[in-house]
Amino acid sequence: MSLLPYLIAAWLFLVGLYGIVTSRNLVHAVVCLSVVQSSTYVLLLAIGYERGGTAPIFLDVPVGTRAVDPVVSALTLTDIVVGATVSALLLALAVQTYKRHGTLDPEEFRSVRD
Amino acid sequence: MSPSLRRRVFLVAAAVAGALLVWGLSGLPDYGIYRGPYGDVLNAVAVGERHATNVVAAVTFDYRGVDTMGEEYILFAAVIGVAILLRAQRDEREEAPDEDAADRRAPGTSNAVRVLGLALLGPVVLFGIYVVAHGHLSPGGGFQGGVVLATGALLVYLSGEYVTLRRVRPEALLDLAESSGAAGYVAVGLLGLAAGVTFLENVLPLGQAGTLLSSGMIPLINLAVGLEVAAGFVLLLSEFLEQTLVVRRPGEQT
Repeated sequence: MSLLPYLIAAWLFLVGLYGIVTSRNLVHAVVCLSVVQSSTYVLLLAIGYERGGTAPIFLDVPVGTRAVDPVVSALTLTDIVVGATVSALLLALAVQTYKRHGTLDPEEFRSVRD
Repeated sequence: MSPSLRRRVFLVAAAVAGALLVWGLSGLPDYGIYRGPYGDVLNAVAVGERHATNVVAAVTFDYRGVDTMGEEYILFAAVIGVAILLRAQRDEREEAPDEDAADRRAPGTSNAVRVLGLALLGPVVLFGIYVVAHGHLSPGGGFQGGVVLATGALLVYLSGEYVTLRRVRPEALLDLAESSGAAGYVAVGLLGLAAGVTFLENVLPLGQAGTLLSSGMIPLINLAVGLEVAAGFVLLLSEFLEQTLVVRRPGEQT
């Protein structure tokens, strides 16, 4: 099953998209977007994983110990920070949308607009 | 487009996209077999070159330090964006949540939450400082430790009355901390220019690998990032808390 971690990333991506497409609540949609984003974490870490490798921290293991790729770990860190900021901004927009329209259901905006 | 039609269109599109994804992903090297040269090279040379035992920190704050500066400013811009989006609108006024219903008092914080929150505050803040300060040695760093520190502020909010706390919230201090954290990263980078080398190039003594005062400028950058992230997240949290607890539109029932 050497493909399994990649399939998990693909599954998280698609299931999060499904949640966004069928969402009836903007806060729920923001959470679904976080699920989509977590698929990229899984994919990045899966690509950098080396069987039997430890974390790339050489504090109590000598340099030269087999370790996973530190570059994708650093990219995942960036990814998580960007994900948190996107969620914060979208949730702020959701708060303002609720104040304006009195609903968080995207289906109901359509009737409000007319 | 009706919801059910949209769902059907999506399922067709998702089936196609899923098949393409699986096709593409199956062309990747098998899981657990790492092919790229960069990770192995960095794992071999980073401790010797930078004296940082956490190679992820060496990558984040040194090898690709300029990218991380951009990342820090993304966070900075997002905090400003949230503050602007959630500013008091023209037709809003601020009031405590129980002003509309004088006969129904909001339930006070239970003593259990109060005691537990205050008891956790010290350890959480200490742990946050530890994670920031040891970012170049062990897993952690400014981003992670900053979020832990912001959790400390959340514990204060939880164990007290937010509306009362709001009056003593050091907002100017938080703004100052966030900006100086963001500016601190650039200032550390400018040290390199001042010493006649490139921006963000290390000019400080590297020290002995594995000790707290090592890795040159990485701990300083971690400190700046930790300050920025902690202050930024406290500002974010208080903006959202303010929305739920204080801001009301006229005529709105609470």
